[in-house]
Amino acid sequence: MPLSQDEIAFLANVRRWVERDVAPNVTAWDEAGAFPRALYMKAADVGVLAVGFPESVGGVGGSARLRVALQREICRPGSGGLLAGLFSHGIAAPPIVALGSQEQQSRLLPGILSGDKIAALAVTEPSGGSDVANLRTTAVRDGNIFRVNGQKAFITSGMRADVLTVAVRTGGPGASGVSILIVEGNPKGLTRAPMQKMGWWCSDTAILTFEDVEVPAENLIGELGFGFLGLMQNFNGERLGLAAAAWAFSEECLAEAVDWAQARETFGKTLISRQVVRHQLVEMKMRIEAVRALLYEVAERMDMGEEPVADVCMLKNLATETLEFVAGKCVQILGGSGYIRGGKTERIFRESKVLSIGGGASEILTDLAARQLGW
Amino acid sequence: MKILVSAKRVSDPNAKLAIAKDGKWIEGDVEYILNPFCENAIECALQIAEANEGTETVAIGIGDDETARFIRQGALARGIDRGILVSAEEASIDSDLIARIYQGVVHREKPDIVLLGKQAIDGDSNQVGQLLAEYLGWPQATFASKVEVSGNKAIVTREVDGGLETLEVSLPCVITADLRLNEPRFASLAGIMKAKKKPFDELEIDDLDLEDTDTKVQIVGLSTPSGRKAGVIVKDVTELVQKLRSEARAI
Repeated sequence: MPLSQDEIAFLANVRRWVERDVAPNVTAWDEAGAFPRALYMKAADVGVLAVGFPESVGGVGGSARLRVALQREICRPGSGGLLAGLFSHGIAAPPIVALGSQEQQSRLLPGILSGDKIAALAVTEPSGGSDVANLRTTAVRDGNIFRVNGQKAFITSGMRADVLTVAVRTGGPGASGVSILIVEGNPKGLTRAPMQKMGWWCSDTAILTFEDVEVPAENLIGELGFGFLGLMQNFNGERLGLAAAAWAFSEECLAEAVDWAQARETFGKTLISRQVVRHQLVEMKMRIEAVRALLYEVAERMDMGEEPVADVCMLKNLATETLEFVAGKCVQILGGSGYIRGGKTERIFRESKVLSIGGGASEILTDLAARQLGW
Repeated sequence: MKILVSAKRVSDPNAKLAIAKDGKWIEGDVEYILNPFCENAIECALQIAEANEGTETVAIGIGDDETARFIRQGALARGIDRGILVSAEEASIDSDLIARIYQGVVHREKPDIVLLGKQAIDGDSNQVGQLLAEYLGWPQATFASKVEVSGNKAIVTREVDGGLETLEVSLPCVITADLRLNEPRFASLAGIMKAKKKPFDELEIDDLDLEDTDTKVQIVGLSTPSGRKAGVIVKDVTELVQKLRSEARAI
């Protein structure tokens, strides 16, 4: 299903907004370690935060294809931190949509989709990320509250989030003991510590420590012990998004490398006139085009109602491997200037690795794909 | 209060235009955008409407179905209440006829303020607002960089050579928007989808009972700018200063 005229017009607006308000600032935001909080509200005004959320909760809907095309626009400045931070609600809010009651949805979602409140998903713990079923943070019911104890790590937007979607253990071991609680504001007993990263500098990442944090019982999302189900529903969308980002960043790197190769002269000839460089550029283009084709095919299948889990896993791995290949080669082509901070390629190179770790590490996804294929 | 605001499409300034064979118009697969000054006028109208409850905002454009798309996606999608398209072939109208068409629409709509872009960035004529005010016999405040409406008057700050001029004009009036008036908002996807359901009237020039529908200006010819001449490499600063003085006459 191709994009509608309305969607194309919307994407053109997003592109103009990114060009005008975002792209000129991303390097400064990275160096400062944060983008302004007001950017969430600006993004909401442009309408990008509402995409992918149903109209019933204040969203505008939107197909997987539209979400891929939107990511492409947001990724033009080549900043993974911007994407991760600005869209942290993209993984924090879907469990509320999927499992939350009417009351919870109308209480929590409007503020998130309007950009007034920052939302973050807190699942990963210092002891492990991909093994969600074995998480250790506990929540014990005590009258009208849950008492939460434990630690979460690598939480994107965790320093600033007003709404934390937290996976906790409310029952016995394994997936059926996992529930989701919403932690609002800064309750007593919650401490946040920043983590310094290889990339994604403009997006804050936190270790969250819960010491007897009291969470109102009405903030339990879905039924007790059904949290794992809510988190699982995130996975396909999140992995498609990460694959789209990896594809977009690959294209941005390549474009910068091609521009450079056309302009840069060595020993009296442009770099692009050298066969060794030309062939590398085509090799990269070829791999990127393969990612793009698979990306749109998987998106289309998701829009048809399929849940192609194995394909999404393989797509994300292909896209992130391609990005690592392309970003490395592009830094090499740019030479010294590819090593200097301020350009897209240098940043994308630093930020390529996180995409094959977050949202399901490559090894986990490969094995999941094998199991899904019945092997 | 009621505000009539312009929504004119212009060829994308970044697009490479080709001149048609007759030398009087552009041709090919031309990309269009909404005139940036109209975007400022639309933003201004929306801000006045937000500050004054009960204000109705109406966008007007002249052209064909494509122009209608710009009225919807550029004005209604941002929050303008309804649209009016006056059908005409853009190549066959001049500033004077546009002003008279607006005058005809003003007689039908009876707005308190007509807000236009100070000029369209394709023809750069900068005439319509001034002509319209003259034909209506209304006060005008052009090149607005700030607009405040209170009661039955508008306080308009204009950017003039060497400074700012502040005018007080009584309503109804014509105001034309400059680039620094505001930072136009973007239409969201929800806004774009809602815009399709907003009231939209299509009129013919004949519907407006204009006394005069003649055009007074004809495009005789268009030509592209001549190519940039190659630069000269000077051997030292003395030669540079000499050339700047004798050839460029820059110092």
